[in-house]
Amino acid sequence: MQASRLPRYVDICVIPILNLLTALFVAGIIIAIIGENPFTALSVMLKGAFVYKGGLGYTLFYTTNFIFTGLAVAVAFHAMLFNIGGEGQAAMGGLGIGLVALSLGGILPVLVVIALAILGSALFGAIWGFIPGYLQAKRGSHIVITTIMFNFIASAIMVWLLAGMLMAPNQMSPETISFQNGVMLWQFHDILNRLGFDIGRSPLNLSFVLALICCFLVWLLIWRTHLGYRIRATGFSPKASTYAGYQPETIIIITMAISGALAGMMAVNEILGVQHRVILNFTSGYGFTGIAVALMGRNHPLGIIFASLLFGALFQGGAELDFEFQTITRDMVVMIQGLIILFSGALAYMFNPMLEKLFLNEERLKEPNND
Amino acid sequence: MKKKILEQKNGGQKSPFAVSLKSICKSFGPVRANDEICLNVSSGTIHGIIGENGAGKSTLMSILYGFYQPDSGDIQVDGKAAIFKQPSDAIRLGIGMVHQHFMLVPNFTALENIILGSEGKMGLKNGLQNAKLKLEELKSTYGLEVDLDNVTEDLPVGIQQRIEILKALYRGARVLILDEPTGVLTPQETDQLFEILLALKSEGVTILLITHKLHEIMAITDEVSVMRQGKMVANTLTKKTSPEWLAEQMVGRSVLVNTKYESGKVGSVALSADGIGVTDKRGFDSLKNATFELRSGEILGIAGIAGNGQSELLSVLSGITPPSRGNFRINDKIFDSKNHCSPGLMRELGLSHVPEDRHAEGLVLPFQAFESVILGYEKNPSFGTGFFTKPEQIQAHCARLQDSFDVRPQNPTLISSQFSGGNQQKLVLSREISSAPKILLVGQPTRGVDIGAIEFIHKTLIKMRDSGCAILLVSVELEEILSLSDRILVMNSGEIMGIVSKANTTKAMLGKMMAGIPLEKAIEEKN
Repeated sequence: MQASRLPRYVDICVIPILNLLTALFVAGIIIAIIGENPFTALSVMLKGAFVYKGGLGYTLFYTTNFIFTGLAVAVAFHAMLFNIGGEGQAAMGGLGIGLVALSLGGILPVLVVIALAILGSALFGAIWGFIPGYLQAKRGSHIVITTIMFNFIASAIMVWLLAGMLMAPNQMSPETISFQNGVMLWQFHDILNRLGFDIGRSPLNLSFVLALICCFLVWLLIWRTHLGYRIRATGFSPKASTYAGYQPETIIIITMAISGALAGMMAVNEILGVQHRVILNFTSGYGFTGIAVALMGRNHPLGIIFASLLFGALFQGGAELDFEFQTITRDMVVMIQGLIILFSGALAYMFNPMLEKLFLNEERLKEPNND
Repeated sequence: MKKKILEQKNGGQKSPFAVSLKSICKSFGPVRANDEICLNVSSGTIHGIIGENGAGKSTLMSILYGFYQPDSGDIQVDGKAAIFKQPSDAIRLGIGMVHQHFMLVPNFTALENIILGSEGKMGLKNGLQNAKLKLEELKSTYGLEVDLDNVTEDLPVGIQQRIEILKALYRGARVLILDEPTGVLTPQETDQLFEILLALKSEGVTILLITHKLHEIMAITDEVSVMRQGKMVANTLTKKTSPEWLAEQMVGRSVLVNTKYESGKVGSVALSADGIGVTDKRGFDSLKNATFELRSGEILGIAGIAGNGQSELLSVLSGITPPSRGNFRINDKIFDSKNHCSPGLMRELGLSHVPEDRHAEGLVLPFQAFESVILGYEKNPSFGTGFFTKPEQIQAHCARLQDSFDVRPQNPTLISSQFSGGNQQKLVLSREISSAPKILLVGQPTRGVDIGAIEFIHKTLIKMRDSGCAILLVSVELEEILSLSDRILVMNSGEIMGIVSKANTTKAMLGKMMAGIPLEKAIEEKN
């Protein structure tokens, strides 16, 4: 990562907002070209994401997915590892939940099974991060290549299992039987209903709380623990890490396992929170979008929460757009998401030189007063 | 009217100055690196620019070869105004730069490196042949002996530097900027470089030599300019000045250039090495059969030309690499190839290590100072509890260290890379000394460090020794070794040539041993 000469608040707040506005501006032009009013479209999107009944719930539900995969990418990035295997790690996490829930459901108390299922998702994700980490550390196989390949391997394993030994009997779709005995995470609308509030149905469930806890834990890990210190030291300078006796190989392996575990826990939201059975392709690109989330959130948990919220709102508001306008299709929404990823991910530093000039000039103007 | 006449005059005859800079200013954020710098460099002379680290020498030269643009001020080349937007503008006007850290592609041949970027059009072969002819001519004119077909990474540093010089000349440089050229060279290579520079001068090339070594200025330059804290504080003819006066100008006060310290009171053996050898990945024996004892209360200086096994010795003793052969013992604990040691374990045994390369190893440059000063010590209970670190406590610790080691600026949250070289070294030293080590390994403690900091570091090491610490000092600066050490161990090609006490040796004898003559023979030759 390049060292920015800009004030911290500019780097953290101004640049992401500027990138976002640019993306929305370009998207607005395109919407205008196809003959719709961009401002109406924006308002429909915002209403869909936050105002309509259940909209906020859906937004936060998607947000949960992005928090997990964004954290996964961010943790790896602190060790200068580029984990783009979030898809595969999440899929394996789903498998972990399925195996625990299907084998222990009804045998152990429900709460224990749920806790074990969550651990199972973290463990299976961790294994799927550990192997590429090991290969990088001990064999020098590049993490980007191996994590991509592991996405395909995970996908193939899932197809093989769900269309084979784990497939529910007497039906045609590749999925397991539903978890029995109430092995699932409660959804917010149920909880609030029981307390007498009616907030409209949405898949938002307790995983959201788990995601926020994970954000705090990641912050604690990276900035307040010995391991986090070692991870950052190794990421910035492997030589200094060797000198200090941290063994960069070990750090790489541990970091990738933690990263994989976080991505794996995305499955808690989808499988344990909503589907209550293991299905194919439930990861549907969240793992990849996590890269954009981490980039936009500057690899900091707080930034990741906001970036996840943005992408969650886009997902939900985008669906609303598709619904309201004849001319705006699902593909159009994907295009808008693409623009945001483009401007806040790939072109994240586009405005840096300009802002640097602006801010450094200002400082220079102030300087004579100091002399 | 007067101005017009002057202009005509300038147009009519050649300016006596190859380069002249007028009121150059350059700031980086709040830091004013160059403040109203004026400099005139006469054609065909060697002009030295001297100053402490962070005085703004490198910034000024970067402006001159077009890497930075000045905020204000003018540059004139041969009396004509010039504006450099990028280095290629400068080279077009005949200004070439030889960087401190070479810009060479390691697996290219010397020839390929030299023509890189100006290799002509399609069909490399023709270009190569032409280039070779031109280079042979340059080589013979200036006495720059380089085998053009050798792969660069296999060549000694001195030769790599010649490739850099040839590269600049090949592009038509008439003004050559050398940034700390002797920092990486052996004494012999330095002498050869100076011969080359004199040959270049006699052929009319103007040379700008940036350095912080006083004796180099005295040895070779015609004129010298002194920079201090971004300002040009003196311009004078070299023969009219003295090292002491220059040193005073550099730091703004008098310093003792070469202090001789008293010997220490030697105690018991703190570390003993028995036949340590290291075979590297390529199967090359970089350290052979190193046997010696290090006692508490003494400084054992390791003299030798860089790359003769000193780094490997430090690496083994600090626990980073296990020895391939032999063993060493600390407090009855024996470490060899099987009995694995680690830097963490060494620290627990009271061994601290100030590494040779403070940028890559000693500090994590993007870390804030307080994070860098716990590198390797983050588990110390005073920095947190259990698995957790307490940033407030570490910051307070860092502030105390910065205060007692006079690290400037005294700001625990400043990024490590933003301290000057001397202050970075003080940060590393403060970290390693604050654990009150019984054994201290020190590699190149004053490389690229300004005079004020050198004095401080030397005094600190002597204080440590007097308090009973055993110090192993690796340095390529023979003066430093002679000034600080009680005993001196000389290495050549990974082997120990001999160990002598400071009282019984001379610079000449050490020089012979550094060149590969064992102690016994060196004594014979002397008699």
